[in-house]
Amino acid sequence: MTTPLLSVKNLNLTIPTGSGTLHAVRGIDFDLHRGETLSIVGESGSGKSLTSLALMGLLGKSIARQADEMNFDGVDLLAANRRVMRDLRGNRIAMIFQEPMTSLNPAYTIGDQLTETLLLHRKVSKAVARARAIELLEKVGITAAESRLSQYPHQLSGGLRQRVMIALALMCEPDLLIADEPTTALDVTIQAQILRLLVDLTREMNMAMILITHDLGVVARVADKVAVMYAGELVETGPAQEVFATPSHPYTRGLLRCIPQPGKTERGAPLGTIPGVVPSLIGEVSGCVFRTRCPHAQVACRAEIPQHGTASHGFRCVYDDGALSEEGELA
Amino acid sequence: MLTFILKRLGLALLVAITVSFISFSLLFLSGDPAAALAGETASGEDIEAIRRLYGFDRPMLVQYGEWLFSALRGDFGESYYFKLPVASLIADRLQVTMLLGLCGILFALLTAVPLGVAAAIRPNSLIDRLALFLSVAGQAMPSFWFGLILIVVLAIQLGWLPPSGASTWRHFIMPTIVLGYYAMPAIMRLTRAGMLDVLESDFIRTARAKGAGETRVLFKHALRNAIIPVVSLAAVQMGFMLGGSIVVESVFALHGAGFLAWESIARNDLPTVQALILVFSMFYIIFTFLADVLNAWLDPRMRSA
Repeated sequence: MTTPLLSVKNLNLTIPTGSGTLHAVRGIDFDLHRGETLSIVGESGSGKSLTSLALMGLLGKSIARQADEMNFDGVDLLAANRRVMRDLRGNRIAMIFQEPMTSLNPAYTIGDQLTETLLLHRKVSKAVARARAIELLEKVGITAAESRLSQYPHQLSGGLRQRVMIALALMCEPDLLIADEPTTALDVTIQAQILRLLVDLTREMNMAMILITHDLGVVARVADKVAVMYAGELVETGPAQEVFATPSHPYTRGLLRCIPQPGKTERGAPLGTIPGVVPSLIGEVSGCVFRTRCPHAQVACRAEIPQHGTASHGFRCVYDDGALSEEGELA
Repeated sequence: MLTFILKRLGLALLVAITVSFISFSLLFLSGDPAAALAGETASGEDIEAIRRLYGFDRPMLVQYGEWLFSALRGDFGESYYFKLPVASLIADRLQVTMLLGLCGILFALLTAVPLGVAAAIRPNSLIDRLALFLSVAGQAMPSFWFGLILIVVLAIQLGWLPPSGASTWRHFIMPTIVLGYYAMPAIMRLTRAGMLDVLESDFIRTARAKGAGETRVLFKHALRNAIIPVVSLAAVQMGFMLGGSIVVESVFALHGAGFLAWESIARNDLPTVQALILVFSMFYIIFTFLADVLNAWLDPRMRSA
């Protein structure tokens, strides 16, 4: 097996608060190879965005980052200084954000903002940068690309702005693209287009992509690998098809019951919900974080939780089958 | 952009005409100018003679029209008190005031903007506290008192600077500091608040994600957006400094336009007061117009307004 492009081992993020330390992200492990799409799925506040910002080195000053390993193509991200991180950002690791409406600077033209990335990282002339910007705008499906360069963000719609953000992220042909809920703020009709575009581009440019989303429908369509995140932990990781076919962790199954599945879910039948709320992560967190909402919780869930499954498809649960046998009885 | 400038210019002209009419008519509301001119001991006939001599007996609109057209040619009549053409009188005094106002606003901007940015980068740091202290002190301290303290310390005790007058550039140092320090707190607080706000925004995160350095993020991406309200504020303050620096001008015996206005009101010197009000208002209008244009250049969204 080739060495992964990105390797993260035991990533922990903590935020000091007035009432104790908030353990926002705990023990995250994942590997990502070139050309792969990893989707991190989870509810709001599960730590998905923080994880991606930690990779970019863009966490707020108050957030502490600890890990056993964070390696990007031979660069140790944990030891990298600001200079090294700055050279990586926008150049080899690029990011697309959730808010296309506010992610572009209102004071500069689209052209200025697109070319800036390339001019920051490459010794190219403005004319070359402009040509590249036009090329990418066309690639992301923007018509009349050349005339768009002199337009300002407020003159574009949300969908167009997100396309511009994608073009912006691709200016330097990054090796890794992190897309943090890239379609959440967009109309449903645009969502599919943008996703399709992202997937096509990652294939075409042989990029690795981390797609952060809370939308399982999105994951099913585009991801190679899925990492299900709950309250700051990865509860289940595996190849997308496997995870969807045989979801092992009770939380993953709960999530899947929340979305209608063509052919399986009957018309008019109620969709599943997961009762309860995410527990507070302030102070020491031990045992299974999902136990407060899990229908199969037992005393053992308070203790250390073992890792089950294969190397490629793993999950954390006290039941070695993820309580699947019990669920059959419940249903 | 050009249509925006033309629109704003048209608007500025309209405001200017309105202001000129108001400033002209205000003086008629303040009493019979002929009676005031003639003095307390004058007889009714004398007042009537003066009324005819100065043309106060004609309809107000006619007088306004005449005054406006000569004003446009630079003729504001003759000062009742100095017996000199008002235009040359004001032009003379305005040099001092304009120099002072310009130095004052430059001093304010050059201290307030860097301090505001520094305070916003590190909120609650030592520099933020210092900036807060300076701005509270500046807002609380009356100009005349600060001016007097400077005179006592820098001019009398240390003997570094001349205490009053306007003959050399050294005479302008203390008035500049006093006037600038008066305008500084508001600009500083607005810069700080603007920067804090902008630094939180998504496009700053985008700039960082591009791999832009911190200096570039601060000055290219953040400051341009944060400075927009500061431009409008500075324009108003500049207008105020040109017309309202009476206190500073008196403390340092700089005989500028503000001081002239104060003298002329006291002496009922109508043509001078009218002309000064017009000139001061024009400054406001010009600076507001310039601020609008500058803001439209800074923020493209304003160009369609």
